[in-house]
Amino acid sequence: MGKSATTKDDAQALFHSLRSAYSATPTNLKIIDLYVVFAVSTALIQVVYMAIVGSFPFNSFLSGVLSCVGTAVLAVCLRIQVNKENKEFKDLPPERAFADFVLCNLVLHLVIMNFLG
Amino acid sequence: MAVSTDKSATPSSSSSALRHASGNILAFFILILIGILAFSIRLFSVIKYESVIHEFDPYFNYRVTQFLIKNGIYDFWNWFDDRTWYPLGRVIGGTVYPGLTLTAGTMWKVLHFLNIPLSVETVCVFTAPVFSAFAAWATYLLTKEVKGSGAGLTAAVFLAMVPSYISRSVAGSYDNEAVAIFALIFTFYLYIKTLNTGSLFYATLNSIAYFYMVCSWGGYTFIINLIPMHVLLCIATGRYSSRLYIAYAPLVVLGTLLAALVPVVGFNAVMTSEHFASFLVFIIIHVVAFAYYIKGILSPKMFKVAATLVISVGLVVCCAVVAVLVAVVASSPTKGWSGRSLSLLDPTYASKYIPIIASVSEHQPPTWPSYFMDINVLAFLVPAGIIACFSPLSDASSFVILYIVMSVYFSGVMVRLMLVFAPAACIMSGIALSEAFDVFARSIKFYESGQSETIQNKANDTASASNVSLQNNGTEKDRKEDSVKERPSKKNKKKEKEIVQKPSSSKKAQPEKRLMVLPVEASVFALFLAVLLAAFYVVHSVWAAAEAYSAPSIVLTSYSPSGLHVFDDFREAYAWLSHNTEVDDKVASWWDYGYQTTAMANRTVIVDNNTWNNTHIATVGTAMSSPEKAAWEIFNSLDVKYVLVVFGGVVGYSSDDINKFLWMVRIGGGVFPHIKEPDYLRDGQYRIDSQATPTMLNSLMYKLSYYRFVETDGGKGYDRVRRTEIGKKYFKLTHFEEVFTTHHWMVRIYKLKPQKNRIRGKTKKSKLKTSSSTPTKTGTTKKNPWH
Repeated sequence: MGKSATTKDDAQALFHSLRSAYSATPTNLKIIDLYVVFAVSTALIQVVYMAIVGSFPFNSFLSGVLSCVGTAVLAVCLRIQVNKENKEFKDLPPERAFADFVLCNLVLHLVIMNFLG
Repeated sequence: MAVSTDKSATPSSSSSALRHASGNILAFFILILIGILAFSIRLFSVIKYESVIHEFDPYFNYRVTQFLIKNGIYDFWNWFDDRTWYPLGRVIGGTVYPGLTLTAGTMWKVLHFLNIPLSVETVCVFTAPVFSAFAAWATYLLTKEVKGSGAGLTAAVFLAMVPSYISRSVAGSYDNEAVAIFALIFTFYLYIKTLNTGSLFYATLNSIAYFYMVCSWGGYTFIINLIPMHVLLCIATGRYSSRLYIAYAPLVVLGTLLAALVPVVGFNAVMTSEHFASFLVFIIIHVVAFAYYIKGILSPKMFKVAATLVISVGLVVCCAVVAVLVAVVASSPTKGWSGRSLSLLDPTYASKYIPIIASVSEHQPPTWPSYFMDINVLAFLVPAGIIACFSPLSDASSFVILYIVMSVYFSGVMVRLMLVFAPAACIMSGIALSEAFDVFARSIKFYESGQSETIQNKANDTASASNVSLQNNGTEKDRKEDSVKERPSKKNKKKEKEIVQKPSSSKKAQPEKRLMVLPVEASVFALFLAVLLAAFYVVHSVWAAAEAYSAPSIVLTSYSPSGLHVFDDFREAYAWLSHNTEVDDKVASWWDYGYQTTAMANRTVIVDNNTWNNTHIATVGTAMSSPEKAAWEIFNSLDVKYVLVVFGGVVGYSSDDINKFLWMVRIGGGVFPHIKEPDYLRDGQYRIDSQATPTMLNSLMYKLSYYRFVETDGGKGYDRVRRTEIGKKYFKLTHFEEVFTTHHWMVRIYKLKPQKNRIRGKTKKSKLKTSSSTPTKTGTTKKNPWH
């Protein structure tokens, strides 16, 4: 009983500290995080849809899910490169990071278009 | 390269810039020379024989390239070939790795656009040497990322000449490996570059290079398993960084998509076990990245709480997922792996279950001498290189170490994979030799500067200055920034070891971290020995390229006291076929000659080197092992008109069909149980002399090979390959007639005799009852399905 109470307290304290730490992040990073959450949830919706309807044009399913996952991954990479706290990338101008992000997304979506069928 | 006598600051910076520039120009010229060397050492076959396509597989690629160039790419993607595997046909668009043919087709188109009228054959023959030059340059780039441009140049020179790579990329060997090895090294270079710089641009290029590799060769699974293993190694050894995430995660997503685009791979990119490692590590790296992120934003106490919470919950979920995955994978009989990959993991798998894979000579394990033959001196330098990679252990050097360990294991399983081991060996040896040269040259420079008593001070200067040397372009940036980011352990170790100096008196310079100064006589002598070692390597490589690996195997030569004999029987037979038979005639032979027959003779064949249908090959094997009448029935049911047999008994050519006969019996017997191998063996051996079994003497292969053989040597019938006289010397063929035998009796072509119009004597009904009693049927209850 006591253990669960302390666990509950711990969980709440953890939750609070996470919230306070996260609210300290700059706005542009929060926007990128929102985009990642949006992409991942789209992928989940597609998987649920596939589970309901069946996977017949499998290449369409694959390209849809992988495009969501891919753009989420690329957004995370952008976030890593743009984050001011990251000492490895402090020489990298954020415009260059964004240009790389756009280029990689272009290639990704070109492939997706080809594979969509 | 070390700056030892500069005192003031400004002249040193400008002179070092000048030295830098001259070093770069020198490196550029050396690279051009390396490219020319790589191209020209592969031209021996063109000089000694002619510009002709070699072996068997390249003829298929050549035919596909001809089709692509004539009909364009849309017809190529949708091509259904009905000239092979009659009556099944083959979907070429979906079963061929298109990289090689598309590359050669593009080169031909570009040349024709520039009005350089080279024929398709010339472009195909010279594709491999051109791409080996590119591969040498890619090796330079890769090793430069690991150790520096000195090591890069040495590794490039080694790769240009390594006999193992020459054997699969001579001029005329128009096979997948010709471009695939370049794609492999280039993909690895871009991966290491992304890992070192953390740039998303290089990650994109890496995925595109990986796409090119998937297009070119089935060995791409090596890349998609090695890179996840390296990521796991980095995570496990505490080298996780955000650059690792940028290098790996986009590659997995983009790479899987691009691999699924290639028709040969298709959905296998997500459904076969060969790719599961990449997905597993993809999940792992996300978990690790998330954990590091949380650790970064929480206080340590809170992080502990989070960790315990997550672990307890996550462990349960993980176990459930793993259980599901294991159940799914275990439900398939091969655990999701393809036959070829499984035979790599379990070398005995092929010989037990898939005799066709076991029968290919390239799939046998290599012998120990073949290591020395194929990589020669590098075998001694590789261990030194591995140690040198540990001296500053960076992400890149840990990757190269993992690469060489994995490739050594796989090269030990299959001799064909020595080819994947060769670039790793060259990189390691390049690193080792360049480190050795570095030590010797530094010692000589010390002696020349004449200040051996102030070794302490000088060593500090030269240590800091030798960092500016050409051999370590990467660390320069590090030192200038003074931030311990890219190679933390290397910098720390360098700072420590600079304090401790001691001139070592060891003779052979093991590349160590501390600054070594050898006595000058020892270093001069050792330099001379190192150059001698490299000279031996060059001599051996040139000899191997000229003598061992230049044979086109479609033209044979032999040296006799009366001069040079040329055996051009294969092309003679194919030319006869193309001139003297109808266009739609079907030719049956053993599967080795299928590609050549369709490419050169332009006739439909029953089975060819693709060996995708075991039952069809077993049918042909059964026909070759059966008596004449049974074989005639089988061939007639396949609409075969001509049968082609390769026979080496007159000239001593040992790769003929009688020597391959055991595989025909085994493969045929694997599908049709009435062919039993013991029926053909006497004392456990295949014999064709007077001790041979009656089944053997009555088989079609024996009869077609030795028909009228006694006429060649006046009645004795002495087979030069088996070195005995044959068993049955005088016999007639009842169901086949001989139509052509080449000049040296190497290829023999027979035609099926048409069925008789009348059956004399017995009626049809009783003929069925007294069906031909083959000796194989005595005492068996299994009925021969062909009657």
